[in-house]
Amino acid sequence: MFKRLADMGAPVAITVDGKAVSARTGDTVAAALLLAGIDHCRTTPVTDAPRAPYCLMGVCFDCLVTVDGVGSRQGCLVPVREGMTIETQLGKREAGR
Amino acid sequence: MADNEYDVAVVGGGLVGVATAWGLAREGCRVAVLDEGDRAVRASRGNFALVWVQSKGLGLAPYAGWTLRSSNAWAGFAQTLKEETGLDVCFQRPGGFHLALSEKELEARANTLKRLHNQPGVVDYKTEILDHAQIARMLPDIGPEVVGGSYCPFDGHVNSLRLFRTLHTAINARGVTYLPSHRVETIEREGGVFRLTTENGLVSAGKVALAAGNANMHLAPMVGLEAPMKPERGQIVVTERLRPFLNYPVTTLRQTDEGTVMIGDSKEESIDPSGLTLGVSATEAERAVRQFPLLANVNVVRTWSAIRVMTKDGFPIYDESETHPGAFTVCCHSGVTLAANHALTIAPMIARGALDKSLVAPFSARRFHVQEAG
Repeated sequence: MFKRLADMGAPVAITVDGKAVSARTGDTVAAALLLAGIDHCRTTPVTDAPRAPYCLMGVCFDCLVTVDGVGSRQGCLVPVREGMTIETQLGKREAGR
Repeated sequence: MADNEYDVAVVGGGLVGVATAWGLAREGCRVAVLDEGDRAVRASRGNFALVWVQSKGLGLAPYAGWTLRSSNAWAGFAQTLKEETGLDVCFQRPGGFHLALSEKELEARANTLKRLHNQPGVVDYKTEILDHAQIARMLPDIGPEVVGGSYCPFDGHVNSLRLFRTLHTAINARGVTYLPSHRVETIEREGGVFRLTTENGLVSAGKVALAAGNANMHLAPMVGLEAPMKPERGQIVVTERLRPFLNYPVTTLRQTDEGTVMIGDSKEESIDPSGLTLGVSATEAERAVRQFPLLANVNVVRTWSAIRVMTKDGFPIYDESETHPGAFTVCCHSGVTLAANHALTIAPMIARGALDKSLVAPFSARRFHVQEAG
């Protein structure tokens, strides 16, 4: 659905739910997820409705994911880093993660 | 306008008022609830939602029995509300903890409970002092700094916002007239009828039940009663929704049925409901993390302050007026814990027109005048 306008930045290897995904330096986690074609990055805590990155500017909190073991990170505010482990977050966050 | 529109006018539409109104309606009374508007300073929207037993009654032993009576009635109360409204207030009574973060705190807690239970005629709360290992069997996520605590099997909690909504739904279904934006300005009794002037007109009733929280202080003298109050502010910190990890409520911390963790039991003398003291929230959060280290990285989504309804000595006031027969006060701090008593015990007394002294005499405001009480 999304395509990159220009191949700027060096390649960065990350994983999403254990699968290798390639991103580029300067991408946010949310942008990388969208570019990888992931249609939802979390489900809501109460009704389990699927959610995807939306505002991309830190306001809507719909891009919450687990980054390197820490839950409820705002994907649109976290730049990708080589070797980063991203997990989609299903339902309520687990305390301690 | 009829001389006597209603059998009972309940002044106050918070938890105490609507619980009383519901009980009155069940007794067949025609009831009006006179409430303030949306901007009312309302403890019912800010409280911590414990149905709490273990620490109640030091200094007034009958309050312990009164609290346990409500705690014991709560499950049936919640069930009846569910049958009438279809709404579940999520009452749970797994027992509850008070956690100590130092030997000194634990000793202070043990002493308080000992003094409470040493009072003549006090009911047995079956509270136990437990050490770290014993608590860890029930609360596996406690941190190493928790040296011990107290556990009482009668403690519980509820979804108090849903309780508030449920009671309003229930009184509506039972034909109670709810009158918002009817802040009561004066109350007079003429020819056996109470006339209440409000910001939106006059309401008349055969009886009056004052359930207006801290405002009872100003209303009670209008009907020959008194309600000395000493309001205080509390602050609550609320986290994002988390998977269930806490199976028991703690005095300072509980996980709601919806997953959020509520933290806080602060006390401040300020009565500004719009203010927040960051240092207070920070201390509450810091202690919560020491109790449950897995909360360290959890996101806080809300904080708020609310004004506690608090009588001068912290114990309830239930009174009937000698000079204005038919006027009653229903006034207490613990509107959630005591909701079952207000609905099932106090309301029928008001419907009959007389408080049952064998149950509530210790809670008369006459206690504030020991010299005269005789």
